[in-house]
Amino acid sequence: MVNLLWLQSGGCGGCSMSMLNAEAPDLLTSFDAAGINLLWHPSLSEQSGAEVIDLLQQLVAGDIPLDILCIEGSMLMGPMGTGRFHVMGGTGVPMIDWVRQLAARAKHTVAVGSCAAYGGISAAGENITEATGLQFDGELSGGLLGASYRSGSGQGVVNIAGCPTHPNWITETLLQIALGEFSAEQVDNLGRPRSYADHLVHHGCSRNEYYEYKASAELPGEQGCMMENMGCLGTQAHADCNIRPWNGEGSCTRGGYACINCTAPEFEEPTYAFTKTRKIAGIPVGLPTDMPKAWFVALASLSKAATPERLKVNATSERIIYPPSRQKVDK
Amino acid sequence: MSRILVGPFNRVEGDLEIALEISNGQVESAQVNSTMYRGFEQILQGKKPMDALVYTPRICGICSVSQSVASAYALADAMQLGMPLNGERCINLILANENMADLLTHFYLFFMPDFARSVYATQPWYDQVQARFQAVKGDACRDVLPARAEFLHLMGLLAGKWPHSLSIQPGGTAKSIEAHERLGMLGILAGFRRFLERRLFGDSLEVISQLKSESELQQWASEKEWKSSDLRIFLHLSQQLQLDQMGRATDQFMSYGNYLLDGERLFRPGVVDAQGQRRPLDSQQITEDISHAWLSGQQQPQHPELGVTQPSLDNERGYSWCKAPRLAGQVMETGALARQLSNGHPLMMDLAARSGANVQNRMLGRLLELAIVVPQMEQWARQIDPLDRFCVHGTLPDYADGVGMIEAARGSLGHWLSIREGKISNYQIIAPTTWNFSPRDQHGTPGALEQALQGAAVLEGEETPIAVQHIVRSFDPCVVCTVH
Repeated sequence: MVNLLWLQSGGCGGCSMSMLNAEAPDLLTSFDAAGINLLWHPSLSEQSGAEVIDLLQQLVAGDIPLDILCIEGSMLMGPMGTGRFHVMGGTGVPMIDWVRQLAARAKHTVAVGSCAAYGGISAAGENITEATGLQFDGELSGGLLGASYRSGSGQGVVNIAGCPTHPNWITETLLQIALGEFSAEQVDNLGRPRSYADHLVHHGCSRNEYYEYKASAELPGEQGCMMENMGCLGTQAHADCNIRPWNGEGSCTRGGYACINCTAPEFEEPTYAFTKTRKIAGIPVGLPTDMPKAWFVALASLSKAATPERLKVNATSERIIYPPSRQKVDK
Repeated sequence: MSRILVGPFNRVEGDLEIALEISNGQVESAQVNSTMYRGFEQILQGKKPMDALVYTPRICGICSVSQSVASAYALADAMQLGMPLNGERCINLILANENMADLLTHFYLFFMPDFARSVYATQPWYDQVQARFQAVKGDACRDVLPARAEFLHLMGLLAGKWPHSLSIQPGGTAKSIEAHERLGMLGILAGFRRFLERRLFGDSLEVISQLKSESELQQWASEKEWKSSDLRIFLHLSQQLQLDQMGRATDQFMSYGNYLLDGERLFRPGVVDAQGQRRPLDSQQITEDISHAWLSGQQQPQHPELGVTQPSLDNERGYSWCKAPRLAGQVMETGALARQLSNGHPLMMDLAARSGANVQNRMLGRLLELAIVVPQMEQWARQIDPLDRFCVHGTLPDYADGVGMIEAARGSLGHWLSIREGKISNYQIIAPTTWNFSPRDQHGTPGALEQALQGAAVLEGEETPIAVQHIVRSFDPCVVCTVH
């Protein structure tokens, strides 16, 4: 059996809530498949209060082996590095100190969600709480545990980034670890599992035809591509949200709103409004990462010139006005 | 007199610690500490107003779209913008989907597992209850996770994903519903109804929602064996353990009202006591007091429009990060029980008149709400007209104020927004558990949970008293929302 401990700190608990949505198989079956023995999870386990403290003390002492340590939520270092913004209930000890001690014992340390990975939403604004990730502070390596931290397996922290994380990103990563198949090659340069981070949110986007013809939505609820006006970062965001959807058939772009690149460090502080595209001389800043700008502009103006009426009209409508038709629509 | 510190609490959302003073095997007084501060009200300062729709749902992963809806209403209020009917139906469906999923999660995953603890091992009902409700291992957990996940497929259709959606807009929803998606929703709702009727209630939703008194409820329960449904199991346990005598608080209840459609709310707003004496809710009488919080910047309790949030560990009387909200200076209890009392449901009125707010009645308020709201969700889904508008658009003024007041699963949630020079100049949030788990106010009056814990039994040698756990969880606390 693989012992797993899950703790929450400076976050919303949404990654756990999302994980409970795991399907085919459900969460408990996923744990069975991975041979995971859930030592404690704050939403699921029976033990409370003194029973939990006793368990944590045994783990810190090394009396119970800790195979996987999952941390959800950012590490609140403040005020002034004391960690007093989150003292773990009943213990009098700041959560950051518990995490440091447990991480020293863990065979694998996993940051669940962008808060635990990079600081995330809790680090927004002036970051009053000095929120940071386990091994990254935004884009910079470091964080609570420091760039040189390695868990018992010899690996750094695995960053299952996302706000929230897709249930399968968690269950698959845990299964890979439990099977002994997880290695340093499985993560990208930000520590994210490549199983989902090697894709872009753009892949499989149901608005792809609008993108091809640069037929753009102008207001929330319209069907067109959201890159030109609505702030969508799907062509830059590393995740497979449109390849394996959320809650059955959903994703952000299918839900009618922009991808805000929530798997990336510092997504919480965009340089512009979240749902408006910043433009210079009418051209969106932040084009697809690996495409030469001149080419993009040339192709965009070419495809705009060729946009069928059907897409132009549908793009700024809440519903399909022109269905696809074999007949040519005359202008 | 002895003093114990209880925590960390789990099967509540967020972290929680309670200091108890105990004498003669009873809790004499309690201090509730919400142990974590993240500073959302500070984060929102200076942000673009529409960006609140990204930040506020991330206050909480279990009340996520509740925060979104309150925020969208506050923005709509600032814009003086209404919603088309389709927008209202979809927003109600989204909010009800989260609320109902939360009520279900609370009953099965958070509350019931405590009855499978070894402290009850000698009870005649223990074996059945343990097999059904034990945390992680019980078969209820295996049943409910897939049912919950499938029910939340509504979010895939209506909101893109859950938690943390941006479909919810001040003027409606950014996700219009196609004809086939409307049909898909009806199918999902039928599946969820079946789960509730077969496993939770053992009867139709309509039979449950129309029970009118405690005697009708007891009569209904006695028609079949106590093991035959999860509600009957709960009623049996409640009777055996006298859960109706446990955890009484102020018996002052408040609801902001919920599920607005075409000018009417499904649940009306109001303030009510256990005897059913109603008075209208005057939100101008809401204040927040920081006398016992690790906060500074307010000499006197303030209405949230003028509220200040400034963390400070220097307050010597402070023992929590939570402010103390009061309505006209009074402690209020909020939640499903308060909502149903405010709405005048005869079953809850009868139960509250007999025994006030307590562990049993809080739980029954939640289960009753599942039976009332799910049929209403079926109505809303049927009423959606895929050819009509889902969203209208307005312009946000550079100077404006807005208020959004709704009911999340756990009770009354309010957002107070001020916009100056096109940016957020103040954003104050009072969450349901801020009311229920508030610390003492400047007069030393304890919050609702603190009052509910007075008199709770502490058995010989208990480090984390079981009665305290039942009472705490009967509020379905969300501590990440509480402080935010």
